[in-house]
Amino acid sequence: MIHSLFLINNTGDIFLEKHWKSVIGRSVCDYFFEAKDKAGDPENVPPVLQTPHHYLISIYRGKLFLLSVIQSEVSPLFVIEFLHRVADTIQDYFGECSENVIKENLVIVYELLEEMLDNGFPLATESNVLKEMIRPPNILRSVVNTLTDTLPTGQLSNVPWRRAGVKYTNNEAYFDVIEEIDAIIDKSGTTVFAEIQGAIEACVRLTGIPDLTLSFMNPRLLDDVSFHPCVRFKRWEAERVLSFIPPDGNFTLMTYHISSQNLVAIPVYVKQNISFFDTASCGRLDITIGPKQTMGKMVEGLSVTIPMPKSVHSANLTATQGSYTFDLATKVLVWDIGKLNPQKLPNLKGSLSIQSGVPKPEENPSLSIGLKVQQLAISGIKVNRLDMYGEKYKPFKGVKYVTKAGKFQVRT
Amino acid sequence: RDIVKSGFNIFYVESSAMIKYRHSSPLTASHEAFSCSNCVFWPCRNEDLKEMLESNKESHKLEAMKRIVGLIAKGKNASELFPAVVKNVASKNIELKKLVYVYLVRYAEEQQDLALLSISTFQRALKDPNQFIRASALRVLSSIRVPIIVPIMMLAIKEASTDLSPYVRKTSAHAIQKLYSLDPDQKEQLIEVIEKLLKDKSTLVAGSVVMAFEEVCPDRIDLIHKNYRKLCNLLVDVEEWGQVVIISMLTRYARTQFINPWKEDGLDENNETAFYDSDSERNQTEAKPYIMDPDHRLLLRNTKPLLQSRNTAVVMSVAQLYWHLAPKHEVSVVTKSLVRLLRSHREVQFIVLQNIATMSIQRKGMFEPFMKSFYVRSTDPTNIKTLKLEILTNLANEANISTILREFQTYVKSQDKEFAAATIQAIGRCATNISEVADTCLNGLVQLLSNRDETVVAESVVVIKKLLQTQPSQHSEIIKHMAKLFDNITVPMARASILWLIGEYCEKVPKIAPDVLRKMAKTFTTEEDIVKLQTVNLAAKLYLTNSKQTKLLTQYILNLGKYDQNYDIRDRTRFIRQLIVPSEKSSALNKYARRILLASKPAPVLESAFKDRDRYQLGTLSHSLNIKATGYQELCDWPTIAPDASVRNVEIIEPVKTDVCFCTESDDESAEESSKESDKSSSASEKTSSESEANSIDLFALLCSQVTTSSFSPVKTYDLLHHMSAKGLAAKYHFPRQPCLYQPCMVAVQVILTNCSDHNLEEIHIGDRIPASLNIHCFNTIERLEPGAAVTVSMGIDFSDSTQAANFQLCTKSDKFNVSIQPVVGELLTPSTMTEEDFCMEQRKLLGMNETSATITMATANTSRLAINKEILSVANVGVVSSTQNDIFAGKAVSSGALVLVSLSLQQSPTALLTINTEKSVMASMLLRDLKQALVQA
Repeated sequence: MIHSLFLINNTGDIFLEKHWKSVIGRSVCDYFFEAKDKAGDPENVPPVLQTPHHYLISIYRGKLFLLSVIQSEVSPLFVIEFLHRVADTIQDYFGECSENVIKENLVIVYELLEEMLDNGFPLATESNVLKEMIRPPNILRSVVNTLTDTLPTGQLSNVPWRRAGVKYTNNEAYFDVIEEIDAIIDKSGTTVFAEIQGAIEACVRLTGIPDLTLSFMNPRLLDDVSFHPCVRFKRWEAERVLSFIPPDGNFTLMTYHISSQNLVAIPVYVKQNISFFDTASCGRLDITIGPKQTMGKMVEGLSVTIPMPKSVHSANLTATQGSYTFDLATKVLVWDIGKLNPQKLPNLKGSLSIQSGVPKPEENPSLSIGLKVQQLAISGIKVNRLDMYGEKYKPFKGVKYVTKAGKFQVRT
Repeated sequence: RDIVKSGFNIFYVESSAMIKYRHSSPLTASHEAFSCSNCVFWPCRNEDLKEMLESNKESHKLEAMKRIVGLIAKGKNASELFPAVVKNVASKNIELKKLVYVYLVRYAEEQQDLALLSISTFQRALKDPNQFIRASALRVLSSIRVPIIVPIMMLAIKEASTDLSPYVRKTSAHAIQKLYSLDPDQKEQLIEVIEKLLKDKSTLVAGSVVMAFEEVCPDRIDLIHKNYRKLCNLLVDVEEWGQVVIISMLTRYARTQFINPWKEDGLDENNETAFYDSDSERNQTEAKPYIMDPDHRLLLRNTKPLLQSRNTAVVMSVAQLYWHLAPKHEVSVVTKSLVRLLRSHREVQFIVLQNIATMSIQRKGMFEPFMKSFYVRSTDPTNIKTLKLEILTNLANEANISTILREFQTYVKSQDKEFAAATIQAIGRCATNISEVADTCLNGLVQLLSNRDETVVAESVVVIKKLLQTQPSQHSEIIKHMAKLFDNITVPMARASILWLIGEYCEKVPKIAPDVLRKMAKTFTTEEDIVKLQTVNLAAKLYLTNSKQTKLLTQYILNLGKYDQNYDIRDRTRFIRQLIVPSEKSSALNKYARRILLASKPAPVLESAFKDRDRYQLGTLSHSLNIKATGYQELCDWPTIAPDASVRNVEIIEPVKTDVCFCTESDDESAEESSKESDKSSSASEKTSSESEANSIDLFALLCSQVTTSSFSPVKTYDLLHHMSAKGLAAKYHFPRQPCLYQPCMVAVQVILTNCSDHNLEEIHIGDRIPASLNIHCFNTIERLEPGAAVTVSMGIDFSDSTQAANFQLCTKSDKFNVSIQPVVGELLTPSTMTEEDFCMEQRKLLGMNETSATITMATANTSRLAINKEILSVANVGVVSSTQNDIFAGKAVSSGALVLVSLSLQQSPTALLTINTEKSVMASMLLRDLKQALVQA
């Protein structure tokens, strides 16, 4: 399936190559570079390309491209999903997936790639299994070259995602319910579209083979879900509880999607006025943000990002709260506000100057809002209880809720 | 320098072993080439690395290998280090070994001869009791792309496919594909292995073997029948990547085996009309109610939960399965999950949107409720934006068009001009598809004509042109407006479009048209080609309708065109001139000029770019590229009559109940258990193997005390020393086939010494041995041998399981004679007693490279069982194992204790298959030769 993989940085240097079948020359990447130049923005490079003898499927992540070479028909999503899994694994091992990190750990990355695919077909992609075969770097490993004489057993058990012989002195299971609001708000402040993307991130450090059951107060909210392979579908369908033997460590237990048909609470409102004058080469900007449906919680980490038209060349603004920056190269205005004080609404006001001689911009830029509300799941979902079977000890348990702005846009 | 030298010494020893090995294996590596490559001295740039590899310290070696793998990862050439690296293949250090494997797999193809040196290591590892070592040995062995080892790979795969560990079997499924790509001629044999593996009940194996099936023999649908239900039931528990492959294979399978469920919907409609129809009789005869095959339903039911997978590829493959297989009214269950994928990475969005675009053309209803999920964000990349636009356009209908158009208005203003242009196209499409909004759209587009951005204006002109063609009569105002704009528009495509419009409808704007032509005459030379062509067009049309005003202008333009640089324009000008300007030479065409040029043209149909994509299976690379990709498997049409469904029936075997079950899912219980079972049995096998080892030690002790079992075999006597050359001392020897009393690793030899001289021979004893290390147990010195007398003495020689002669001196008081004893391979064995079961078990452990076999045609006299036993026992000192069917014999190599198993299975008298299983491959080949000779001889 996947024939070769090239890791390419933003400037077009190939800094790692791996072939699972016979070797394919680097020249095949030229077709990709051509497409990349044509696309301009790396985000715009088509993920699937055709060359005379091969097909190229690439992803762009962490300022680098993972480019795979395919020789025959395959499901493109299969390859894309796998490439992202590779990036996830690198991130999991080294904390981030970037050129520097990969270059520093070239041999481990290469070994990982060797284990992840056999003849181009995924072999071991579970982090628990990989970590037993190839130890992540730590101080001990770098001081003495410890031998990894244990062989992984995970792949053979009925719980392929969990490593064997897990032991902790402190047994704990924490769950974070994270919800992101995707919304488009139009000029007049009405919601064009809003939905919630939720995820339950788990951090489970439990001895032995625990069998967990997580139940919700209001499971009916969840009608569009996807699970980690450990979750038993049948139990969910019958009883609406999450029953699973967890992998060891951090993982995403489930993600869910609450669609636009349901009413989605929007925590803030934005009053904005951006206008450019026909006569003088300047414009005016006035933005105020206020709380809307916060369920009595504090809105934090508030920020506004505005990609200005290319003709704007400087901004002269005053913010009543927080600070703003205007990047001259990218023309992006960022207003970092922080906590939202309902008594004194933050406001950003002032003038924009436009290059003279250039006609005034056609339209106003749209605003992207960033925010965070702790201790609140905006959908109203609530975890009822967590039960553990199969092991005798009493674990520490905890659930945390947080709501964030996802792709939250205000059109102007 | 010394290090390097010694390195090569090791090399030569290994290579000579290799050459010997060649006799017994199907290898055809040319010996010459082999030694040549040894002599070549590469220019060493990586001298330091080489030295590190030669060092005795593991840590140095490891460091060197890490650096070498680093070089490989960077794409640098490290092939010159091959000899130095390959020596470490048998290292005990797992980490080092892994790195050597990585290196080998990368360079074996380039250094085929040297790569062969490593093969024996893998063969040894293939028998390792640890399943992971077996699996990794097979993985690497099969990744070495050296055509010579194809037979070895074939054997290894066959063996691994019956391994008790599901993990090893999974690896063998992967190896099948590798071997197939290395040597497609092995296809038939590989299909047999695939067939066997398809029956496997382990969830680990299922995905990999289906992958192998898809790669090697996707057309052998018949292999799937019996496994269909099992695959459906296993599916939920297969690892995610395997799920994708299995689902796509089952989609193809279902399309060949089940009848079309879509007729159902068709019939429903028919029934509805028939309800009002008077002649319902006719309807009854043709409407045979559709009943879905339970197997078809099984597939749909078992794939549905996978829509909840976190893996986007799995979700997509289930979606395509439903799209291609489910009854129309059930397809919409996939919608929600597909829409969910839109939150994933950009690349995933791209592919999913492409597929939704294709789906939304045929089934608007599926995605209409989720229309808002396709609204464009300003932060989306352009290709995502255009795809969303495509889908929104597909979804537009009378009810939602106003919402969509409002949304489009925002898009038109986008800073991303490419996207704004695409939006204008989309508006045009909405206008043609939904006639109610055609006027609104047209007005909106006309307003855009006053937009400041030129690309927007140009795109609007092009779209308006297309729209006007559908209803030109009412829109002379718009044409006039566009004519006015003409001066300000510079985009060639837009200018050309306006010119064409004016030309086409010149009778509707009789005053403006000639004026536009006049302006064009002035700027003709500076226009783009496409504009020039349209100018010529306009001139011709005006000449025909309004020649009074435009005759001179036309001729002027035609003259300009005649000398244009572009040959298309010159050609067109010449053609138009001949067509419209009457002259004596001009042909009959002239009469028809008006009808040719001013024929009414059909309006263009604005349709989706995804209109034809549904000819490809959704979710495939071909669909994504809209080009048939290599290896694309056409999804065939439903059969009109369902093929026999009973082919999928399997006899039900009662599943064994186990107590603990981790994933208690009632339906999948049997699957769970089976995989568990195999797990268990694999561990069991490991236990037995260690047990049997313990047994064999006992057996050995037993054998030593036992007297020979094969006393009836004839004893051959060989000459050791002839009396003529040894001053009257004659010596003969034979192998008494008794366990040597002195040391168990020695072969007992009896020497008969005869004095043929006429005087006494004194002090007969054994002198120097060559080599000196030769381990011989000597007989006691014979003080005196009288003339004519003979004495028999016993000695023991350790031949180290090789047929190399033992050389020593036989001395008398006065003389020394060099003699040598050359053992026959059969005498290097000692019988081993075992039961038939043990024999079979041991034999199973010694497959693959450890198996040597030949088909022989036996002499007719030898076909009886007794005769066979006699012949075989005469050649080799082995024990007969009582067996019901075949003739089987077991023995042990005397000095190493390695088992030698001989079996002869009569196929069709007088031909028989003679098989020898032993680790000692050299021995096996020689023994085979000897046995063959004995059995073939009369």
